[in-house]
Amino acid sequence: MAWLAAILTQILHLALVLAAAPLVVGGIRWLKARMQGRIGASPLQPLRDFLKLLRKRPVLADNASWISQAAPYAGATVALAALVLVPSFARGMALAPLADLVLIAGLLAAGRVALALAGMDAGTAFGGLGASREMSFAALAEPALLLVALVLAMLAGSTGLETIGALFQDGSLGLRVSLGLALVALLAVAVAENARIPVDNPATHLELTMVHEAMILEASGRHLALWEAASALRLTLWLALIAAIFFPFGTAPVGFAPLGWAVGIGAWVAKMALLCLALAAFESAIAKMRVFRVPEFLGAALLLGLLAALLLFLSTRLA
Amino acid sequence: MLTALILTLAGLGLLAALAVPLARFAWAGLAMHGGCLLASVVLAGCGLAVLLAGALPVQALPIGVPALVAVDALSAWFLLLLGLAGSCSALFGLSHPLVAPRLLAAYPLFLAGMALTLIAADGFTLVLGFEAMSIASWVLVAADHAQAENRRAARRYLAFALLSGICLVPAIGLLGGVAGDLSFAGIRAAPPQGWVAVAVLALVVVGAGAKAGLVPLHNWLPLAHPAAPSHVSALMSAAMTKVAIYVLARLLLDLSGPAQPLWWGVPLLVLGAASAVLGALRANLEENAKTLLACSTIENIGLICIGLGLAACFRAADLGVLAGLAAGAALLHALNHAMFKSLLFLGMGEVAHAAASRRLDRLGGLIHAMPWTAGAVLVGVAAAASLPPLSGFASEWLLLQALLAAWRVGDLAFQVLGVAVVAAAALAAALAAAAMVRLFGLVFLGRPRTPRAAGAVDGPMPARLALLLPAGLTILFGLLPGTLLGLAEGAVQVLLPFGVAERSGFAMVRVGDGGARYWPLALTLLLAVVGGAIWWLVRRRAPAGVARGPAWDCGFIAPPQHLPFGDPVTQPSAAGFGQPLRRMLGGSLLAAHESVVMPRPGDPAPARLTSGYADPSEAWLLAPLARWRDALAVWAEKLRDLPLTATLMLPFGTLVALLALAAWLEAR
Repeated sequence: MAWLAAILTQILHLALVLAAAPLVVGGIRWLKARMQGRIGASPLQPLRDFLKLLRKRPVLADNASWISQAAPYAGATVALAALVLVPSFARGMALAPLADLVLIAGLLAAGRVALALAGMDAGTAFGGLGASREMSFAALAEPALLLVALVLAMLAGSTGLETIGALFQDGSLGLRVSLGLALVALLAVAVAENARIPVDNPATHLELTMVHEAMILEASGRHLALWEAASALRLTLWLALIAAIFFPFGTAPVGFAPLGWAVGIGAWVAKMALLCLALAAFESAIAKMRVFRVPEFLGAALLLGLLAALLLFLSTRLA
Repeated sequence: MLTALILTLAGLGLLAALAVPLARFAWAGLAMHGGCLLASVVLAGCGLAVLLAGALPVQALPIGVPALVAVDALSAWFLLLLGLAGSCSALFGLSHPLVAPRLLAAYPLFLAGMALTLIAADGFTLVLGFEAMSIASWVLVAADHAQAENRRAARRYLAFALLSGICLVPAIGLLGGVAGDLSFAGIRAAPPQGWVAVAVLALVVVGAGAKAGLVPLHNWLPLAHPAAPSHVSALMSAAMTKVAIYVLARLLLDLSGPAQPLWWGVPLLVLGAASAVLGALRANLEENAKTLLACSTIENIGLICIGLGLAACFRAADLGVLAGLAAGAALLHALNHAMFKSLLFLGMGEVAHAAASRRLDRLGGLIHAMPWTAGAVLVGVAAAASLPPLSGFASEWLLLQALLAAWRVGDLAFQVLGVAVVAAAALAAALAAAAMVRLFGLVFLGRPRTPRAAGAVDGPMPARLALLLPAGLTILFGLLPGTLLGLAEGAVQVLLPFGVAERSGFAMVRVGDGGARYWPLALTLLLAVVGGAIWWLVRRRAPAGVARGPAWDCGFIAPPQHLPFGDPVTQPSAAGFGQPLRRMLGGSLLAAHESVVMPRPGDPAPARLTSGYADPSEAWLLAPLARWRDALAVWAEKLRDLPLTATLMLPFGTLVALLALAAWLEAR
């Protein structure tokens, strides 16, 4: 019976995140438009765009290889596989034993490499520029992420998301300065990894400072649809990850609990909506920074992660 | 079985002896590489058999001097690694054999030297094998000595090989102690203590570290690897650096006894972290494919040393399970790196044969011309970038898990060091991913940058097999890290004599009880199911096939007739791709500089961009050493002008000093 509940939770989770992904992207765009005094497109617009792009035949550059055709599938696959592992409304999903922070970092890296290779495939200047910047930014984002993982692993004794979530929900940890610093570091990494303002502007095209868009300039049709889907899934993943680690309130316990699931789904939707609102407000309030200021931004995240770990050492020593 | 190993070594020696007289026949290269392939298979088979069945007892070598050989699990693990890397290298050699007689003789000797180092059971045999390996590989590095840069590389290589010998011989002597019992059993019975232990640690880290390519003694790798023939550099990078790692592990973790203090592992930890970051960063800046791979080797050696250092520290802190985890991660990463780095070096060798260049700025678009090579290299690149579910990720996952637990050693200074090493290891992994994307993207993707690159073709069958074998093993090792860890259990126990709790299964690896777990098979299944579902759903709704047209490139016009592949300048270049990282990290770590000289307004002269970087070891270590060497030479020159009495006094004084030393040692 337990395994049936686990599988049911997993299926519900999959349906939930698949429904959430287009809404997260569309919702943030809609919220930003409202904050900037525009009416904005419907939050469902990304879904409509996806279905429209799927129906179009892709146009590939003459010298594009099979990498251009396979990479979109790879990118979407790793993004969805990683998202399937991050708990949303309940714990004890069938794939929960697989959910590990380092593994999720690895899957995100795999998606990044697929995207960068696709960007370089046609041999255009923009694609290569975007690829080199994306990989360089990741070089600073990844250590910051690992330091956050270190802080969490010190507290929970494991990098498994299930263990971390359970510990934080239990509330015995209380408020800690280290966790605050780790949260800020993780938010900075999330902003950089999802190519959001101030690191990159998801709304621009044809601008020399763009990173993510530069790599998919040559993609069209179903390939573009898959890249857009992968980036929506990745944004959902980061928001869900932050919610699962730092705001695990209302998450349903392990086992078959329809009422708990309903509460969990409600809590998760509320948390995601709040995070989207915060992201939209942040993006509306801040300007995009120069590309070569990004290392400072990510370096600050890295230092915050370091500081969080050091404070934790000192506090465990004093306690 | 030990007899079979000794016979294999003798066969390799015979092959080397016959190579010179037989080199004038056309089939000599084929016969030599075939023989080495056979020997490598025997080595790998013996290694696997010992890992499965148990250690082989000590036996004396029938060569007239007291030389002992034995194979325990640690030796067997590295023998397996050597055999696999040697097989790939020899297979490639069957397609592109060496021709010069001295190279035909040196190649089997190189293999035999490495194998002898691994099966040695006393200090003398260990040094004998190590030096044979060094000298034979020096001959191979100097293969193309007509070019000045290769001669420089070979000289630098020889200098570092000498340094290794100069450090390892006294280290072995100190381990042997006053009694002079050099057999491993004798050394284990009386492990070094006090200042002797410190001296042994310093000498072994310098001696074996110089051979492995540990910062700051890594300088020869980026020079020597491009100079050697491709399958030799594959063997050097995959196996020889691992033999040095074996010596490091054997002397510091096994023979020096388990009772060493916490700081015993710290030098390895610090130097490993420095190597990992510096190597990975340099790999992003180098413009020669094989130099890039050599720098990536420095990075991976750094990661392996982090694992070994961590194991030593955990052992001192009585954290048995974690020590086993760190040592297992180091051994696994050594094997995985040997496979994917063989693959990458051989792939780049194939590219160099087909497209006549190793410079990234002269290649491009090879995925169309060389589909087999491109496919195999893609596997290696993904493993080197540590992407799941390939082998590089599995071992780096284990290493990171061990690092994330470093704080369990109670000492605050060590905890701070552990945090820094976590950041360094993650930085190195991400930098390696960037370097690998750069390598694959510039060499195989885009448009050809030269006509030669447009006319390349895949290599003949043995060369393709030499790429497919390590590619297949890279995938397999990525799926079964638990099985491999089980196989390495004996080797871990050699390094950590107290029992290590079971922590791996067929399909997964885990960190103690209740800790994190990694299930590569389940992950692969998940990726396959998700990917299959996405593909099926998309193909159901989307129209089949693709249309082709000129690249969009934001509206750039199609290239003119006389440039069939477009202007190469409009593609990302090797220097351009590395520019963000050069600006972000290069300034502080590699003294990278970049300056633009703009002409005055109205002046038609072009603007000039100059950029460059220097390895810190050149400025901080090699340049002062060269100055000291020159000063010493000037000073030594004075000896020639000494009067006769002073000249006679010198040997007499030396004799008296040595006698006094002997008397003092006797008295102690």
